[in-house]
Amino acid sequence: MVRAVTSFGRSGLSDWLLQRVTAVILVAYFLCIGASLLGGVSYAEWKSMFEGTAMRIFTLLAVLSLAAHAWIGMWSVGTDYLTERLMGKTGNVLRLAYQIGCGLVIFVYVIWTIQILWG
Amino acid sequence: MLQVSIYRYNPETDSAPSMQDFQVDTGGKDLMVLDVLEMIKAQDTTVAYRRSCREGVCGSDGLNMNGKNGLACITALSDTVRDNKLVIRPLPGLPVVRDLVVDMSLFYRQYEKVQPFLQNNTPAPAIERLQSPEDRAKLDGLYECILCACCSTSCPSFWWNPDRFIGPAGLLQAYRFLADSRDTATDERLAKLDDPFSVFRCHGIQNCVNVCPKGLNPTRAIGHIRNMLLSRAT
Ligand code: SF4
Repeated sequence: MVRAVTSFGRSGLSDWLLQRVTAVILVAYFLCIGASLLGGVSYAEWKSMFEGTAMRIFTLLAVLSLAAHAWIGMWSVGTDYLTERLMGKTGNVLRLAYQIGCGLVIFVYVIWTIQILWG
Repeated sequence: MLQVSIYRYNPETDSAPSMQDFQVDTGGKDLMVLDVLEMIKAQDTTVAYRRSCREGVCGSDGLNMNGKNGLACITALSDTVRDNKLVIRPLPGLPVVRDLVVDMSLFYRQYEKVQPFLQNNTPAPAIERLQSPEDRAKLDGLYECILCACCSTSCPSFWWNPDRFIGPAGLLQAYRFLADSRDTATDERLAKLDDPFSVFRCHGIQNCVNVCPKGLNPTRAIGHIRNMLLSRAT
């Protein structure tokens, strides 16, 4: 078995499944947001919509889904193109830097969302 | 006159690969690409390529013809030539030994990983292990693979990770033994496939299905493996 300590769930199956489930959650969330935007919302309506606990939980769920989905996807891209096979040792350094960068951006987005929702 | 451009490379003497042009008189016939290669070989005996059965059975002459992988012996000029031009390159993604001959070690290593042989630790019956016609039918579309490597070398996931992604050919064979009613190692086989690379590097691009000279469908087999992993784990 191929070892992969930086993959999300360490197993190909769990990453694969998680990516599908999170994609469905994201579609549901964006449809929901799209539907409310389509009718045209005022600032007050928008604000009160996000004051409801259900909407906050749904939004947080969507952002956590986005985080997991993005990590799995970006990890796949990095392990395809930034590798020792393609660029020698530099590939390993670049890949690790890239993974740290991706992780940091995702982390910031999650915290920022929590701050917006409950701040 | 058919314009043929052939990839030439001898890693021992050449600093870089180059393309060499040939003119071939096909006499207006719809020859197979292998026939054209034989005519070129008569013009220049140093052109190297693999071939054996010349009828799509041995899988030796897998090549990239006008950008698409296939067997030279069963690819007619009318199927591949555009504007009277034919560009022949080795199978992509594998190290070139010489001209159109590639080193297949990585491909075979992946094949070896799936343990492509029947495993059954129950006592052997007196004559043979029987299988119902229905169970036997499950192996159709799987056992016919001739290991030509056209599929795996057309797969971008295999290009980037040929050491970790088993690739369409190997996975088709993995499923051939997972689907075999006589094989008892299903669980051990599946356990070895559950990492992020072996199976899950397949992103369903389906180049494999597009090029397989035997008309096989590795993508479908990979889907079956994924479903087996899923039902085993959830
Ligand atoms: S699945 Fe088809 S293309 Fe792939 S190695 Fe087997 S015969 Fe060749």
